[in-house]
Amino acid sequence: MSKFGNYINGYFSGLESLLIGLRTSVRVYFRKPVTEQYPENRHTTLHIAERHRAMLVMPHDENNQHHCVACGLCQMACPNDTIKVTSETVEGEDGKKRKVLVKYEYDLGACMFCELCVNACPHDAIRFSNDFENAVYQRDKLVLKLNHEGSSVVKK
Amino acid sequence: MNTSFLDYYSIQPVTSWIHEALCSVMPEALAIFIECVVIGVVIVALYAVLAIILIYMERKVCAAFQCRIGPNRVGGKGGLLQVPADVLKILTKEIIRLKNSDHLLYDLAPYLVILASILSFSCLPWNKGAHILDMNIGILFVLAASSIGVVGILLAGWASNNKYTMIGAVRSGAMIISYELSLGIIVLSMVVLSETASISGIVESQANGWNLFKGHAIAILAFVVYLIAGNAEANRGPFDLAEAEQELTAGYHTEYSGLHFGFFYLAEYLNLFITAGFASTLFLGGWMPLHVAGLDGFNAVMDYIPGVVWFFGKTFFVVWLLMWIKWTFIRLRIDQVLVFEWKYLMPTSLLILILMVVLKVFGLVF
Repeated sequence: MSKFGNYINGYFSGLESLLIGLRTSVRVYFRKPVTEQYPENRHTTLHIAERHRAMLVMPHDENNQHHCVACGLCQMACPNDTIKVTSETVEGEDGKKRKVLVKYEYDLGACMFCELCVNACPHDAIRFSNDFENAVYQRDKLVLKLNHEGSSVVKK
Repeated sequence: MNTSFLDYYSIQPVTSWIHEALCSVMPEALAIFIECVVIGVVIVALYAVLAIILIYMERKVCAAFQCRIGPNRVGGKGGLLQVPADVLKILTKEIIRLKNSDHLLYDLAPYLVILASILSFSCLPWNKGAHILDMNIGILFVLAASSIGVVGILLAGWASNNKYTMIGAVRSGAMIISYELSLGIIVLSMVVLSETASISGIVESQANGWNLFKGHAIAILAFVVYLIAGNAEANRGPFDLAEAEQELTAGYHTEYSGLHFGFFYLAEYLNLFITAGFASTLFLGGWMPLHVAGLDGFNAVMDYIPGVVWFFGKTFFVVWLLMWIKWTFIRLRIDQVLVFEWKYLMPTSLLILILMVVLKVFGLVF
C-alpha cells in the first residue's frame, strides 16, 4: 500500500480506537461505585466475595463430625509450615489400624493464603472462608485449632 | 428572527446606572478607577471559587470514571469541605527558596502563569453586558495572553535548577507551542463563520443558531479538534507530560511549595475552565439560550433562563467532556505528541479552515 494510503488508514483506525475507549469509559462512568465504606457498612451492605481467602476452616456437620482422615497431605503441601496435623493410630472394631485426628493446628500468622492445602486435600475436609476480621494483639492467638472439641471423622 | 430576548437579562442598564451614580458624586476618572478595582477583586474571587469547584468536580468525576465514590468524609455527606480544607492547608505552608536557583526567575514564574490565566479568564463572556475585557480583536488577545503561560512554565523549569523540572518545561514548551497552531487555526475558522473576532460579536452572531449547528459537520469536527488542542494547551489529559508524575516527580513545579505551587495548581484548573469557556463561546453560543426553530413555546421558556446560567451550564458540560477525555486516555510520549499534532491535527485543522471558508463564501451555512 502507498505511504499516503497507510497514513489515511492509520488516521481512521486510530480515530476508531479512541472512540471505542471513550465509549468504554463512559459506560463505566454510569456504573454503580464498587467502594465498600468498610467500618460503616460492616453490619449492613458489606460484600466480601465468597471466593475471598481470609482464613482456613474445617467445616463440621451437625453431629460434630468432619471429613479429615489425618493423612497429612495438607501439611506437606504447605510452603510455610503453617499446618501441623497431630494424629494417633487406633485399632477399630474390625481389627484394622487407623489414623485418627487429634489436633489440627493452623497458624494464621504464617499463612500466605495460597490454597495449596485445600487443593491437596482428598476429602474436602478444609476450605477457606471469607471471614476476614482476624486482627489480634498477640501472635499466639493466631495459632488456631481447627477441629472442634470431641469431634470425630465422618464414617463412610 | 425575533431577537428581543437578548435584552431580558442584559446587565448593561445596571452597570451604566452604577457608573452614573458614581460620576454624580466624584470625578469620572476616580469612578472608573473604583469600578476597575471592584471588577478586579470580583475576578480574582471568582477565580479562586471556580478553582475550588473545579477541583471538587474533577475528584468526583474521576472517581465515577473509576467506579469509586471520591471525597466523602470531610464536611458532611458529599465531602464538600475537602477542597476548601486543602486550600487552607496550602495557605499555611512555607514557601521554600532554593539556594542554587535563579531567585528572580524562580519567583516570577508562578506569577506569569497565573497572569496569563487571569488575563484570558477576564475575556470570557459571562452574560449580555457582562464582558469584562471586550475589544474588536478579543479572541486574538486571548490567544496572545494565554501564550504568556508557557513562558512561566519554561522559566519555572529553568530557574529551579533541577533536571526533572527542566525536562518537564522543555516538553511542555514544545507541546504548547505546537498545539497553539491547531488552536489558532480552529479559532480562525470560527472567526470566519461569525464574521468577527470580537468575543461579544461572536456570541451575538449566534443568536439565530449556535456555530456548532450553523457550520454543519465541519463545525462539529472543528469542535473536536478544539477540544484536543485545548486539552493540550491546558497541560491536561493525555497531554500532561509536562508533569508526568511517574517519571519526572512533578515536572516543572517539582521545586515549588506553598502558595507558589498553589498558583500553578490554580492556573492548571482555571486553564481547563478557560478552554471550556471559549469552547462554549465559539461553538455553543456563549450565554445564548438554546433555540429550536419552530418550537416557539420551548424557545420562550429557554429565554427565561438567565444568560449566566447558560454560560456556566455549557462551560461545565465542556469541562465534563474534557475530564472524560482525561480519564480515558493514557499519557502520550513527547514524540507521539508532536507527531499527533504535526501529522494529524494540523492538517485536519487546515482542512477545516479551508472547508469553512468555502462554506461561508458560497453561503452554505445557516
